[in-house]
Amino acid sequence: MAKPTSIVTDSGKVRRVVVVGGGLAGLTTVIKLCEAGIPVDLFSLVPVKRSHSVCAQGGINASVNTKGEGDSPEVHLEETVYGGDFLANQPPVKGMTYAAPGIVYMLDRMGVPFNRTSEGLLDFRRFGGTLFHRTAFAGATTGQQLLYALDEQVRRYETVEVENEKGIAVKGERMVRKWELWDFLGLVLDEGHIARGIVAQDLKSMEIKSFPGEAVCLATGGSGIIFGKSTNSVINTGTAASAVYQQGACYANGEFIQVHPTAIPGADKLRLISESVRGEGGRIWVPKDAKEKRRGKDVPESQRDYFLENKYPGYGNLVPRDIAARELFLKCFHEGRGVFNNKSGQNELEVYLDVTHLPKDVLHKKLSGVLEIYEKFAGEDPYTNPMRIFPAVHYSMGGLWVDFEKSTDGRLVVGSPRNQATNIGGLYAAGEVDYAYHGANRLGANSLLSCIYGGMVAGPAIATYVKNLDKSAFDVKSSVFEKATTRERERYSGILAMNGTENPYKLHEELAQVMLRDCTIERHNETLDKVIAKIDELEERSLQIGVTDTSERANQGAQFVRHLKNMLVLARVIAQGARNRDESRGAHFKPEFKARDDQSFLRTTMALHEEGAGGKSVVNYVRGLDYPLLGKSVRVSDEVDISLVKPRARKYETAGAASHADPPKESTKMSARPQAQG
Amino acid sequence: MADNKKIRLKVLRQDGPAKSDSKRWEEFEIPWHPQMNVISALMEIRKNPHKADGARTSPVAWDASCLEEVCGSCTMLVNGKVRQACSALIDKIAPAGETITLAPMTKFPLVRDLIVDRSRMFEDLKKVKAWIDLDGSHELGPGPRQSQENQETAYPLSRCMTCGCCLEACPQVNDHSSFVGPAALNQVRLFNLHPSGKMHAAERLEAVMGESGVQGCGKAQNCVVACPKEIPLVDSIADVSRQTTKHMLFGWLLK
Ligand SMILES: Cc1cc2nc3c(=O)[nH]c(=O)nc-3n(C[C@H](O)[C@H](O)[C@H](O)COP(=O)(O)OP(=O)(O)OC[C@H]3O[C@@H](n4cnc5c(N)ncnc54)[C@H](O)[C@@H]3O)c2cc1C
Repeated sequence: MAKPTSIVTDSGKVRRVVVVGGGLAGLTTVIKLCEAGIPVDLFSLVPVKRSHSVCAQGGINASVNTKGEGDSPEVHLEETVYGGDFLANQPPVKGMTYAAPGIVYMLDRMGVPFNRTSEGLLDFRRFGGTLFHRTAFAGATTGQQLLYALDEQVRRYETVEVENEKGIAVKGERMVRKWELWDFLGLVLDEGHIARGIVAQDLKSMEIKSFPGEAVCLATGGSGIIFGKSTNSVINTGTAASAVYQQGACYANGEFIQVHPTAIPGADKLRLISESVRGEGGRIWVPKDAKEKRRGKDVPESQRDYFLENKYPGYGNLVPRDIAARELFLKCFHEGRGVFNNKSGQNELEVYLDVTHLPKDVLHKKLSGVLEIYEKFAGEDPYTNPMRIFPAVHYSMGGLWVDFEKSTDGRLVVGSPRNQATNIGGLYAAGEVDYAYHGANRLGANSLLSCIYGGMVAGPAIATYVKNLDKSAFDVKSSVFEKATTRERERYSGILAMNGTENPYKLHEELAQVMLRDCTIERHNETLDKVIAKIDELEERSLQIGVTDTSERANQGAQFVRHLKNMLVLARVIAQGARNRDESRGAHFKPEFKARDDQSFLRTTMALHEEGAGGKSVVNYVRGLDYPLLGKSVRVSDEVDISLVKPRARKYETAGAASHADPPKESTKMSARPQAQG
Repeated sequence: MADNKKIRLKVLRQDGPAKSDSKRWEEFEIPWHPQMNVISALMEIRKNPHKADGARTSPVAWDASCLEEVCGSCTMLVNGKVRQACSALIDKIAPAGETITLAPMTKFPLVRDLIVDRSRMFEDLKKVKAWIDLDGSHELGPGPRQSQENQETAYPLSRCMTCGCCLEACPQVNDHSSFVGPAALNQVRLFNLHPSGKMHAAERLEAVMGESGVQGCGKAQNCVVACPKEIPLVDSIADVSRQTTKHMLFGWLLK
């Protein structure tokens, strides 16, 4: 077949790329594709403007160094790699940190209402794992503001006509078509196992359809709902990642799950209190007296134990999240020194996060969005009462394995079709769903950045891929699409016909309970074995689900059964990965193996799916693989590229330990006693 | 402690837009939990979809995503008042165990139960060109400098989450009118405030002249009360109204 040259096929169809997910990563990918002249079909579970990225509060990192502290992309690279306990491949991180200032400037040009300095420049604040003011922010709803800016640009492309290579508009075809309130079910794979499109379901009519795509990019975000209540949106079940994993995509470093130290309890969700609160000077403490009965605000200064500041004078309240979460757990769980509850007569798993010493107008301008959440949901005024907070599952460092091509200066070759490519030909991934930028622990405010950078890289990579395809998805036999559609329709009617005794939401609760208790801050091999046995049991029982809703319209119950099954599969990847890794690194901590073991474990966990007996999933861990790319085969391994920053032990006790830069002058003073002015 | 306290919900249900015969109120009784909100109550129902009288039913369908009042998904009528269900704390709205009623918004086409179709709001954002006309995403250096004051005016306007509360509350938004509603007009103000957005102010103003635009507002001021993000919608409409008047009078002179 002739190489496709035009964006319009002979039969008049527009050759589109499919992007699944309209969070920061997906939207950026779409913008980059449109700029390359490639039209897109964009799918999302919710209207893209409601994507989970709206939740991000604190900000986005970029070493612009407007405060004259000597910050630079090189320092940002070093601190990110160090914060991630050296598990991240370093070239993608370098690409990201060097691109960061440009990304923040682009967002600024798009109209993001970033906070300003008195000179009218962008303001920056501090976040965890660094001593520099590196985080740009828009109040305390930065994710929302970034998402809106990208959403607006994509909406603009919804009005732009597709042009053929002669510059003539193709009637009725716009650069972006949105398919909102559609659920991604799986890839359409041709005989050569190359992705040629997707199958998706309309969540209103429940219709299942296939869509051809020259390539597919998954930007479907994280999977926090596997742990039940977390800081994540309820749509973050990881279902799409799990679906492609089951179709052969490699899942990497699944065991690395970030627990955020500061969230508030709730019956439906654990709402985050952003790290920016500490970045602006918020302090964590518990009463020195474990039986302290007074309210937080009535406990005098001398009676407070600022335990992070004491143990980590260098970084204080802004130690990375893995460390902060472990320290909180130690205080509350092991030492029983959480805030005392007069009613129950017990020490709760809660500590104080205190901003009452900071000036109200600063709090209002910089943090009102977060403090408002506390006020609304905890029902207490955080301006006058220290907040009561505890750790919650927050972010997945692991995700779909993606490749990269390194440039001579140690960054990425922008436009290489290897960047963000999964091991399934034609399938790309970007955003929280990939594993690429954070190693064993993500630094705060690096995720919004990695999502956007991932999209900036995925877009051009896919454009190159599409331009070099031998054969268009639109020339693939229709039977390939029909088969995929039939497969998914049959699966769905299978779900509707389930009339067993198990309730899917209750099974989810049981899964979440063990995952949360035994597979987060502290992990023990013995309990992990039990977690895996529990997953076995739940997979078996999930065959006996009784569907409670058989409606043809907006059937959320049947959809959830599918998501649950996919969650169980990913849960196993997480738990089994944790079981296998007998060391402690970043967010993965085993009291039995306290040390980091670079000899055996400075490598990427690469998981491949296998169908087991009796409906059970089996994880096959590999040391490397070959994947197809534009007719060639690429060999990759689990070796981590540590060519830029040599691994060394992490020591956040000492100011400036995370990089070779001189710490900014006021930093030691600041971390010991945070300044009021951020 | 978590004794046998129960909460009661009355939910207006309908299986689909074409199935008006299925419209019905259903009552549910659910065990009370600390920190419970309307969403967690609905979550309880789907774990055990039975009505208060013990009869089996299908789980109630509703929209939700972030659960912290920033995504705009879970708008519905709670006790007759339009708001986000996630921030509706049970102990606050029914302190003495009163029955809580839930119903879908009425100004949008129904999908099922508590779900409505708000796509018109996103279409309206296209009409008013609620975006910056960016040259491209490539590196072009920083954006225009802006005063803190400008940021402090723009940021609250920019927190609109397209939740639909203001449209639901507005008497001028109904089947017989083409009024675009407060949310889209607020976006015109937001983008016309931005140093580069300003350059295309005229296009946005032209899109909102007349009955379907600023003149459609009846000044009932319900919007600003209903807005969960306390966006000064009335000020925004007044501001855009002034801008259109000015544009109408002098706009052609400036061309
Ligand atoms: C409370 C909170 C606060 C945070 N604060 C910060 C911060 O201050 N700074 C920072 O850097 N990071 C922060 N993060 C992390 C950051 O917000 C996320 O990692 C990031 O937004 C993820 O973006 P994304 O584009 O990868 O995915 P998302 O924004 O999660 O978007 C995923 C998209 O995929 C779609 N999708 C998913 N599954 C399917 C499917 N099956 N079919 C169709 N579509 C699907 C969804 O509809 C959505 O459009 C925070 C996270 C949380 C939870």
